[in-house]
Amino acid sequence: MLSYIGKRMLQLIPVLLGMTFLVFMIIRAIPGNPAQIILGQQATKESVEALTIKLGLDNPWYIQYFKYLGNLFKGDLGESMRTRAPVSDEIWPYLAATFELALFAIIIAIIIGVNAGIISAWFQNSWFDYTAMIFALIGVSMPIFWLGLMGQWVFAVENPWLPTGGREQVRDPVNAITHLYIVDTIIQGRFDQLWQVFRHLILPGLALATIPMAIIARMTRSSMLEVMRSDYIRTARAKGQKMFWVVYKHALKNAIIPVLTIIGLQMGMLLGGAILTETIFAWPGVGRYIYDAIGFRDYPVIQSAILIVALFFVLINLIVDLLYGLIDPRIKYD
Amino acid sequence: MSEFVPKADGIAVMKVEKTVGPWREAWNGFKKSKVAVVGMCIVLFFILLAIFGPLIAQEGINDQVLKDRLLPPSSEYWLGTDDLGRDILSRIIYGARISLWVGFFSVIGSVVVGSALGIIAGYYGRWVDTIISRIFDIMLAFPSILLAIAIVSVLGPNLRNALIAIAVINVPNFGRLIRSKVLSIKEDEYITAAKGIGMKDARILVSHILPNSMAPVIVQGTLAIATAILEAAALGFLGLGAQAPMPEWGKMLADSKDFLHSAPWTMIFPGLAIMLTVLGFNLMGDGLRDALDPKMKS
Repeated sequence: MLSYIGKRMLQLIPVLLGMTFLVFMIIRAIPGNPAQIILGQQATKESVEALTIKLGLDNPWYIQYFKYLGNLFKGDLGESMRTRAPVSDEIWPYLAATFELALFAIIIAIIIGVNAGIISAWFQNSWFDYTAMIFALIGVSMPIFWLGLMGQWVFAVENPWLPTGGREQVRDPVNAITHLYIVDTIIQGRFDQLWQVFRHLILPGLALATIPMAIIARMTRSSMLEVMRSDYIRTARAKGQKMFWVVYKHALKNAIIPVLTIIGLQMGMLLGGAILTETIFAWPGVGRYIYDAIGFRDYPVIQSAILIVALFFVLINLIVDLLYGLIDPRIKYD
Repeated sequence: MSEFVPKADGIAVMKVEKTVGPWREAWNGFKKSKVAVVGMCIVLFFILLAIFGPLIAQEGINDQVLKDRLLPPSSEYWLGTDDLGRDILSRIIYGARISLWVGFFSVIGSVVVGSALGIIAGYYGRWVDTIISRIFDIMLAFPSILLAIAIVSVLGPNLRNALIAIAVINVPNFGRLIRSKVLSIKEDEYITAAKGIGMKDARILVSHILPNSMAPVIVQGTLAIATAILEAAALGFLGLGAQAPMPEWGKMLADSKDFLHSAPWTMIFPGLAIMLTVLGFNLMGDGLRDALDPKMKS
């Protein structure tokens, strides 16, 4: 197992290097002098030259790349053009906000998606099966920004049951420690704030959960249908075990592997896809951070934030791969 | 089907029944799925809307009639008007042109580039394959919408660049698909035979390998159009795709954000149009998969 983890890590190195190269090339691909574009047409020649040197754009591209790589190894993600703060300091609160939202969304998606899939397979061709699968089909075709706006309209604007956006009540801000507000409020014993933080999570979380929920439900259903036809399920039923245990204990264990792959992929997608939900619900996450950076042509932020999100995406996929072995002992690593 | 039927005088005569070609067979399979046919009808509806839309829609979709701003659906404006007094129905009809155009052409772009790279990687193998496959891996390591945003942020926000970005991010999907198909086909005996009679690589690729790898590409392409339409709308929504006053559905949704309370119809109908179109392509893609490529059936 350990050697497998090591091997997978080694395999990741070329991909990670490639990712840094691609992200590095983003700024290089801008037509014209990036320094001029960053400073605008009104900038003086001197200031353009100064920025060109500061960004190291006067060096050949391979030297620039190795410098960039060297800085990355030192944990230096560059400096925001807009706030002048190091990106590595600035990014954590945004990352934490996105992480909290994505985690909340994937938990909802797993609970509802997996159960809907199981029940659909259990009662195949029943009205529940048909309804769930129609919803799942609509779910995968749903533009989440539209769903988010609809949710906001119904549950926040017309009926002010939930907040329209943000992470916390403006009048009673959370005292951030980890920047995961659920954790922070619990640590500080502020359960009134915990409730507010939870209320803020519901609408964006549900909007973000819709697509993965639909995909997970479809995957679970088809995977369960396949397993339910196996001999050992018939045996379990023949010996008189309750159907509930047959489904949830015996069948699910074997049906969950492909579902797990999908869950891992979707979690990665959520980190990237959160940008739309974050825009609608004014959620101060990393997607929002990138979006604002684009507006200001803040290239160091765009580069680094995209790289960090992609890094998480790769890591999540690795973790999912490793989880297989825990769930299914038949899978051998070599 | 053909079979030999012995005749009374002892001479066997081949009885030829009407043969069914592979396309006809696929169509017969496709027809059987009601859901797929519904999907096809939705897609056809939007295609017809895009082609003949100008005959139905009011003229001057960008004309601002400020006295008629934010009117609810009525007999004059079936789907109401937006904040600049423009007819939403007409704008949605014109929007179908934009969305379908982006959907089709971005996918055609990804298919052409992806197929070329996939075929080269799969057929030549070795270091060519390693390089191309690693590039695909790296591109797939990024969440697709983020990569699209990064590309548009470099190229500049407009519809053409959004189309290019969407085409680029989908290249590795088609590339990998074709590569794996080529890998399995190139071991087939008829390819060995073609090589044996001295056929050139290029001709083998174009006239044998390409046509035989097309079924999964058609399936994946249909599903990719759905995703491309969603991605284009997402970029438009973020202000990184179509720019005002273009009647792009995602852009229309973005403009509706401030009028959720006073004019929810400005938000409901463009979103519904996106969802229906995407649903149509998804249903059709699922049906095509079952008909053309039974092995991919889940």
